[in-house]
Amino acid sequence: MFDNVFGIHEQALLLHGQRLSVLANNMANADTPGYKARDIDFTEVLASANGAGNGDAPLALSTTSPAHIAPATGDFMTGDLKYRNPYQASLDGNTVEMAVEQAAFSENNVRYQASLGFINSQISELQFVIAGQ
Amino acid sequence: MSLFSVFNIAGSALNAQTIRLNTTASNLANSESVDGDASKVYRARHPVFQTMMDSPDASSADPDGAVAGVRVLGVVQSTTEPVKRYDPNNPVANKDGYVYMSNVNAIEEMTNMISANRSFATNVEAINTARDLLLKTIAMGH
Repeated sequence: MFDNVFGIHEQALLLHGQRLSVLANNMANADTPGYKARDIDFTEVLASANGAGNGDAPLALSTTSPAHIAPATGDFMTGDLKYRNPYQASLDGNTVEMAVEQAAFSENNVRYQASLGFINSQISELQFVIAGQ
Repeated sequence: MSLFSVFNIAGSALNAQTIRLNTTASNLANSESVDGDASKVYRARHPVFQTMMDSPDASSADPDGAVAGVRVLGVVQSTTEPVKRYDPNNPVANKDGYVYMSNVNAIEEMTNMISANRSFATNVEAINTARDLLLKTIAMGH
């Protein structure tokens, strides 16, 4: 029962944590010539994690033989890094646009805290049920 | 834990921007330096940044080599020719009465300083955000 108590939020938290460091990297390399800004497409990762939309566990593989080995379910939501398309190209080949990165960073910050909030409310729900009052 | 890597990444950027500020300070301090010999006069120094790559790691988000911050590859000297000025009363003037001015461009240095300042502040903000999120994560369930 407790395996799936946090639902998608646990994985979302990990992904947002990962995206935070990717965006921090972009900002750290804002003045590095030739650096290409990167990001994780959250929507795409979520879609792939949800698989073909069967109500089953995300990314479940259909097993047609008992000899098939179940896939590891640990970190299925690791996002592929994509390169960002700059709004305005710069002469030194750097594609980091500080305003874009800062906006994405604070958006990711809010989403991380939202996931955290969902998990926290799940925990207090469980505590409420366990305590029975 | 990827949130902890923000400290390393943004920390490396703080270090790089500090070096940039130091070279700017050095350049501005020497902007009026003169010498009788063109090869000995102070030349503007500029750091060159490079992206640091982690060793390829299959478990990381990017198996081709996860990025982990920025470092200063080296400090290059400006190749702009120093301006020659006739100043026979200057004690360092050469036998023809000329001195060579340092090739520091004060405007360029000031814009560099502002840029370094902004980048530094942004990375401090990234560290603060990561710290807040970590503290909230640690307090999960309380």
